[in-house]
Amino acid sequence: MTKKNVCLASVAVLVVIAMMLLAGSSAVTANAQPSAATAAVKIDNFVFGPQTLTVPVGTTVTWTNSDDIPHTSVSTEGVFKSKVLDTDEKFSYTFSKAGTYPYYCTIHPKMTGKIVVQ
Amino acid sequence: MSDKKHDLIDQSLQDLDNDGVDRRGFLKCMAWAGTGLVWTMSGGVPVSRALAKGYGKNAGKGADFTFVQISDSHIGFNKPANPDVTATLQTAIDKINAMPRKPDFIIHTGDLSQLSKPSEFDTLDQALKGAVAKQIYFVPGEHDMLSDNGDQFLERYGKGTKGSGWYSFDHKGVHFVGLVNVANLKAGGMGSLGHEQLEWPEDDLHGRSASTPIVLFAHIPLWTIYPDWGWGTDDSEQALSYVKKFGSVTVLNGHIHQIMQKVEGKVSFHTAMSTAFPQPAPGTAPSAGPMKLPAEQLQKVLGITDVNYLVSGRSLAVIDSPLAS
Repeated sequence: MTKKNVCLASVAVLVVIAMMLLAGSSAVTANAQPSAATAAVKIDNFVFGPQTLTVPVGTTVTWTNSDDIPHTSVSTEGVFKSKVLDTDEKFSYTFSKAGTYPYYCTIHPKMTGKIVVQ
Repeated sequence: MSDKKHDLIDQSLQDLDNDGVDRRGFLKCMAWAGTGLVWTMSGGVPVSRALAKGYGKNAGKGADFTFVQISDSHIGFNKPANPDVTATLQTAIDKINAMPRKPDFIIHTGDLSQLSKPSEFDTLDQALKGAVAKQIYFVPGEHDMLSDNGDQFLERYGKGTKGSGWYSFDHKGVHFVGLVNVANLKAGGMGSLGHEQLEWPEDDLHGRSASTPIVLFAHIPLWTIYPDWGWGTDDSEQALSYVKKFGSVTVLNGHIHQIMQKVEGKVSFHTAMSTAFPQPAPGTAPSAGPMKLPAEQLQKVLGITDVNYLVSGRSLAVIDSPLAS
């Protein structure tokens, strides 16, 4: 890559960033940046909420424990495994492949949930 | 307490009708924390009483021996339901020490700690050192095996045990079997003993006389109390099939932080209260989380109930003990 091209590329990046800033919260940014998507699962009253969460590929899902009792979020198929989450502790995992990911709390196995990645 | 709650409890106790239970008293006792149970073996029939202040001079008289069950100490828990679980454990120990007859040993039915931290186990050990009974038998709760598959628990409390910590011992003619139903739990399930453990009691009990009194103890109830909250053990049926030939079987559990009892044939099931915090009666709350009671309400509830529970003439009597009288 020549110096000139690097310059052009930098300008292009700046333009894109400027466009994003100008676009603010419009649909343009949401569509343009799927890889930065995030989603949340709240653990409350011994329930994963929502129990089934559907997200686009590349989404980072963050679990937050709002109970007074520790929980875990562990993939039934061994894809991801949180440490023990005490009150208000969080665990995040980025789903880079489409699929259905069942998970459960290993401490309270009646607690189950599912992440559907499309 | 709402009428709805009463109704739910009444439903859950329907099979216990006509047995002399004061249901209202039973309800009240279920909201208590910080107690232990005294078990007295008399002619092979276990009789339980809580560590009530009314535990009189005659208690334990004529008995072959006495032991105490404590459960769910959750050392490390510091939420509003009980900001000082070490203090309530200490109170329970003080009550044990004040018993007119020294118990031969103590059984702790799990959830010693809140997060399996070494410091939590250390605190528990320190407190239990002050108990008059020096022999203490443990089984783990799910809180004791959180991050290391229970290695630390086994190192501290399970030396010489099998698998994830199961074992048996004999004491003055009674055979005790400690089981572990909190390891390798499967998604969507309740407590689980697992194949390997289930093969063992058959051998352990084989050849014992049917007149030998048997005590089974484990953390999660070995009978199904409330599946929605996981209050039961998926494969307990098989374990219980091994004890069918015995004339007196007592099953002691914790986990649900309240007293529940059931008698099925010659098998008496009993769950103990926690020394840390109460949990709601089945179905009376959105979840099984710690029950937060205002201090003054807690004191009031702690001050009231005695429960005398007579089942089929077996004299299985539980009298609850308040932490604060």
